[in-house]
Amino acid sequence: MIGHARRRVDARGKVTGQTIYADDISLPRMAYCKLLRSPHPHARIRSIDTSRALAHPGVYLVLTGKDLPIKYGILPVSQDETPLCVDRVRHVGDPVAAVIAREELTAADALELIEVDYEILPTIADPEEALANPEPRIHDYSEEGNIHKRVAFEFGDVDKGFAEADEIFEDTFFFQGNTHLPMEQHASVAVRDREGKLTLYTSTQTPHYLHRALSKVLEMPAGHIRVVATPCGGGFGGKSDPFNHEFVVSKAALMLGRPVKISLTREEVFYCHRGRHPMLMKFRTGVKKDGTITAMHLQNVIDGGAYGSYGVASTFYGGTLQTTTYHIPKYRYQGARFFTNKPPCGPKRGHGTPQPRFGQEVQIDKIAEKLKIDPAELRLRIAVKPNELTANFLQLGTVGLEQCIRRVVAISGWKDKFRKLPEGRGVGLACSCYLTGAGLSIYWNAMPHSGIQLKLDRSGCVTLFAGTTEIGQGSDDVLAAMVAEVLGIKTFDIRVYSGDTDLGPVDLGSYSSRVTLMAGNAAIQAAERAKAMMAEAVADKLEVPKERLRFADSAVFDAAAPEKRVTFVEAICLAEARFGTIGTVGSYTPPKFPAAKYKGGGVGTSPAYTFSATVVEVDVDTATGLVRVAKLWNTHDLGRALNPVLARGQVEGSIYMGLGEALMEEQDYRRLPSRLSHALVHKFPSMLDYKTITSLDMPEIVTEFIEGPDARGPFGAKECGQGPLLPVMPAVANAIYDAVGVRIDEVPMTPEKIVRALAEKKAGRAPRYGPDHFPEMSWGEPLRVPPPWDGGDGRAINEPPRQPKPSREKEKVLTP
Amino acid sequence: MAAKREAPVESQKTARIKMVLNGEAQDVVFAPYKTLLEVLREDLGHTGTKHGCELGECGACAVIMDGKPVLSCLVLAVDCDGREILTVEGMETDGRLHPLQEAFADLGGMQCGYCTPGILLTAKSLLDHNPHPSRAEIREALSGNLCRCTGYLQIFDAVEAAMVEIAKRGETTK
Ligand code: FES
Ligand code: FES
Repeated sequence: MIGHARRRVDARGKVTGQTIYADDISLPRMAYCKLLRSPHPHARIRSIDTSRALAHPGVYLVLTGKDLPIKYGILPVSQDETPLCVDRVRHVGDPVAAVIAREELTAADALELIEVDYEILPTIADPEEALANPEPRIHDYSEEGNIHKRVAFEFGDVDKGFAEADEIFEDTFFFQGNTHLPMEQHASVAVRDREGKLTLYTSTQTPHYLHRALSKVLEMPAGHIRVVATPCGGGFGGKSDPFNHEFVVSKAALMLGRPVKISLTREEVFYCHRGRHPMLMKFRTGVKKDGTITAMHLQNVIDGGAYGSYGVASTFYGGTLQTTTYHIPKYRYQGARFFTNKPPCGPKRGHGTPQPRFGQEVQIDKIAEKLKIDPAELRLRIAVKPNELTANFLQLGTVGLEQCIRRVVAISGWKDKFRKLPEGRGVGLACSCYLTGAGLSIYWNAMPHSGIQLKLDRSGCVTLFAGTTEIGQGSDDVLAAMVAEVLGIKTFDIRVYSGDTDLGPVDLGSYSSRVTLMAGNAAIQAAERAKAMMAEAVADKLEVPKERLRFADSAVFDAAAPEKRVTFVEAICLAEARFGTIGTVGSYTPPKFPAAKYKGGGVGTSPAYTFSATVVEVDVDTATGLVRVAKLWNTHDLGRALNPVLARGQVEGSIYMGLGEALMEEQDYRRLPSRLSHALVHKFPSMLDYKTITSLDMPEIVTEFIEGPDARGPFGAKECGQGPLLPVMPAVANAIYDAVGVRIDEVPMTPEKIVRALAEKKAGRAPRYGPDHFPEMSWGEPLRVPPPWDGGDGRAINEPPRQPKPSREKEKVLTP
Repeated sequence: MAAKREAPVESQKTARIKMVLNGEAQDVVFAPYKTLLEVLREDLGHTGTKHGCELGECGACAVIMDGKPVLSCLVLAVDCDGREILTVEGMETDGRLHPLQEAFADLGGMQCGYCTPGILLTAKSLLDHNPHPSRAEIREALSGNLCRCTGYLQIFDAVEAAMVEIAKRGETTK
């Protein structure tokens, strides 16, 4: 079972068209909802006249911001959204009104009858404009002007570290934003059920957080709300926030007493966004002649878009995991997220880490060249070691980085290729580290992060109830496989119910690569408990000590005398007779991470870290700047591959997405000419214009798993669905340099940028394309935390006394 | 703020065609503005066919019409009179999955599964016309079908495995 290639449990439904996604749901008397979205990037709403829309034949209801005034947001510190804008719109696509009608087309027609009187406000396009224009302030709760959030840390005396360096490298990088582009457009159906309670079927990765937000906004006890996360047609982080439309259809269904559906258009999905934050980064790194890093200083200017979303977390992640790949003895990080009048950025595969990883890995390539050390050799010298405690007090566990590098060098033929291929062809190497589930949950409490319930009965069916969300990654299958392995049965004998807040125990959601490890450990615990009951009952029956019993091949038998056996079904019956109805539970709470005691030290902690190394080989056409990826090799330290087919799919899917980010994907905006309002609009809100890798572009990939079971992982497993994306972009940049000798310090690396860099090279200037300046700003006094090797105990030496959390909005818990 | 209810014009099902859907003759009545995609999903309850854009950009809505793959979001249902349509629901025969369906299920050809129906039918159409395509021909045939999950390689593997299986099944029936 574990470790073998196997058909996943949800495969049949997906290849026969039987899987029911949110938009496939159709219920009697169902009405349709459409949202009126702002055409302006920034404006005050003076008034809204809905009377003509309401009078339109077939229209049931029109809602505006006044009907749903309570704010929500995924993070407790950023409760800055309302389902419909109340008095201000902050980006093109911000919804201001909703029409609910008998037909979808009627609702769309009626939108045009709504009159909104807008007072246009100046718009802010990017962080530098935000810095220059503290007014108009996009949100009043921002830290200062349009600076949403600043974080600043210093681990050790960084200036001293630079003084000890033989060379100091300074580089500026820009990573453009990009979006998830799930194939399934977001859709939801809300129902007022026969008891008068609310059920919401929706395409989400985080039903539990949505559940909380619905309770708050609708002022209903959560116990009277059921959220069903339907099988999700792709998430990648883009369906992890609660979304406007989910509240609107819920409210409408409650008011109308009939089901209400909404299905977003592709253009609307681009407005929902929550994708990769654009980051402008300045790296200063000091090194010894042998490549040892003495200090690193990273400054990160982050474009957040119009709302908070996960942005505070993203601001930490924009620097926190820089210390987990290579040994960095002294580290200063300063990050600032800005509000701008664009759709909000949030978590996309790798959440906040791919951008600084790009800068770090490209800079290491530059360092290696200057020091005349092979880049693979340099990385081996400075790689983190197993169980290392990093400068910022992240506790690593198993570390397969060295093996990853050695193996990727071997299988790619690196030594015969690097700096040896003909002009126009090149190879590049990059590495990364990622976490397996965030150590801290969004809402701090003592309760488990994952729970599982099992029901076993005389039918022989094992029913698994989970709060997890199947977003295509295979979570239903992985959980079923773990339970099957413990109980010695087939996954086909298990039925999985997941993503339903009524049926399953709480799980925090499918994000931060947490499900396999957290829900998996909970599933193993539940299965072990059921097994123990069965073993006790069977041991009595067979008169065998229970320690000698084996569960395998759908039977329970004496390991010493295998003919002494009962079938699995008989074993359940014996247990049911002995103990009564059989149901067990399991739960998982991450271990405490005592090391990082400073404020903000919880971000980046994880039960286990994974490591990846990638070599990519490219052809660059010097006339057109076109990059063709010839082949890619990846090694990934995932602890253990539970189902190699699924693990390979996660790795290849990550690489695919990374190649798109490297070469073409960008969520970009432009200003309309001033005669056309000067508004800031999305450049590519369609699948045709938002370029992605197609079947024609996808190169051959060689993937090798580096397996070394991690004691904290279920059956030793760590994540594999995000980590392998991270090295792809820098590996491509390093390969382009090897091929044609130009540095592209900016993502995506489009042909135009390469041609420009080649022209610079030809003109005898620096052979580079990338940002040429970095804004001056005040970052605030950093929190000074001495690293472990300077005798630090994980506390800051200048931490202001912590207040008893007055700033955090007090959570209202409604009881039925 | 509920308004009085009059019949919206959109719901008036004034168009009528005959078509063969997955081998069964159908008399279909629907609102005339609808695309084949909408009629399949909304009027005929065949929700296996998906949509990612409804603008002809993603391939999720591909079905086979008279033996050729078409994007059902770009076909007006009124133009389907007398046509034969095959959707994912019609790929199984005699309770047996099509070799493509088996191979996609076994070899990681789908993850979230949302692009899968469109890809299965596009691939079926390829194999119907070209039983032994090269990998380059498979890439070419699927170049209009976007998938955000898999990275395509396991899809290619699955199509190739199905190709072998179909050839085998053909030999045993000969
Ligand atoms: S829905 Fe038809 S091509 Fe996208
Ligand atoms: S499997 Fe998810 S889009 Fe293809």
